[in-house]
Amino acid sequence: MTIAVIDYGMGNLHSVAKALEHVTHENVVITDDSRSIRGASRLVLPGQGAIRDCMSELQRNDLQGLVQEILRAQGKPLLGICVGQQMLMEESEENGGVPCLGYLPGRVRHFGRDLHDIDGQRLKVPHMGWNRVTQRHAHPLWAGIDDGARFYFVHSYYVEAQEDGDVFGTTDYAGLTPHVATGRGPVFAVQFHPEKSAHDGLRLLENFVNWAP
Amino acid sequence: MALAKRIIPCLDVDAGRVVKGVNFVGIRDAGDPVEVAKRYNQQGADEITFLDITASVEDRGTTVEMVERIAGEVFIPLTVGGGIRTCDDIRTMLNAGADKVSINTAAVTHPEFVHEAAERFGSQCIVVAIDAKRVSAEGETPRWEIFTHGGRTPTGLDAVEWARKMVDLGAGELLLTSMDRDGTKAGFDIGVTRAIADAVSVPVIASGGVGDLDHLVAGVKEGGADAVLAASIFHFGEYTIPDAKRYMAEHGIEMRL
Repeated sequence: MTIAVIDYGMGNLHSVAKALEHVTHENVVITDDSRSIRGASRLVLPGQGAIRDCMSELQRNDLQGLVQEILRAQGKPLLGICVGQQMLMEESEENGGVPCLGYLPGRVRHFGRDLHDIDGQRLKVPHMGWNRVTQRHAHPLWAGIDDGARFYFVHSYYVEAQEDGDVFGTTDYAGLTPHVATGRGPVFAVQFHPEKSAHDGLRLLENFVNWAP
Repeated sequence: MALAKRIIPCLDVDAGRVVKGVNFVGIRDAGDPVEVAKRYNQQGADEITFLDITASVEDRGTTVEMVERIAGEVFIPLTVGGGIRTCDDIRTMLNAGADKVSINTAAVTHPEFVHEAAERFGSQCIVVAIDAKRVSAEGETPRWEIFTHGGRTPTGLDAVEWARKMVDLGAGELLLTSMDRDGTKAGFDIGVTRAIADAVSVPVIASGGVGDLDHLVAGVKEGGADAVLAASIFHFGEYTIPDAKRYMAEHGIEMRL
């Protein structure tokens, strides 16, 4: 049994792999090799940086078609993290508009500029730090994690899924309710960084490793 | 507002050991970075900043190794600063397990590097470190300038304007250190913290001068900081992270407890 962290040249691969190794004895590989990716029992799609670069690196490494094929086949669990969550949507408004993988209906939007809270305090973008995640629907990946637990975020764009059934978790920021945990079938994706969210983050990764959708 | 303010212990690391200078002289040894980072993680630190102050190029490899070891055991965000000058430096640190890099001198000498780095890696992992020093006299309208080389070299750049420029170029966060206060334990320079926090759209980390827990509260409530960074009050056991978090929460600040 192998968990493959898809390496397309972007993303915090070391952190994700180390955190997975911390919660499982299964083999964790960081790979861009299509045979290893096909052969893995589970996949992690990380993402860091600008989404235009993430999508173009995925294409340049001939991995976009493979990932789409795997998503269509619905055969193995896949966890998207950060920009990896965003890439599963239809398109992002970052970098002037970028088409994405289109696994879930909906788009990726910017928080906006010059935001203020009700006290007039300036709200910062990126949304950076530990925020509470409300669990909208039950999911095996929430096992053992309190509703409202804090996870670590750092992002300026957020997912807005079209269908409520695809939304498993939300947070509150800038008067918005970003869809920070989304999924369908064997796919689960989070905007926050479970690999950087201390105990609850490791628990989510452990749940992913044990998930049998 | 549910987003918590952050407490960030800072590890100043020289040739593989945590040190903390008092006004950058009189360095005391505070231990192995990996052990120190693990302790802070267990205590519930919200992030860790690793500042490489190693002077010699040969010892830089040690830093990468340290970052790898910390990232293998500590599952909270890790920022690495010190000597970040090229996109290759950034790539190396991110691959070693850093989540963000902090750019200091290179931002002053080559501001376009901040833009290049943000375009390549995303603003969210680009922190610009701003070392500011008050240049106005007592009674004058307060003014701060950017200093480099540990506060020794003036640049003539206005700190608030500089902060705005760095954000325009793509900085995702600012690490603001008062060079007047660093190492003094007299508290943050609230004036410059407030001025910059109000001037920019990105999070500001207040740094330099923390001597007690009231200083942390003031950094957030009066300074408007999104995060507070401290070293010596934690390194030498005066306060623990939970002490600090409880105290700040008691003062009405949203914290991750």
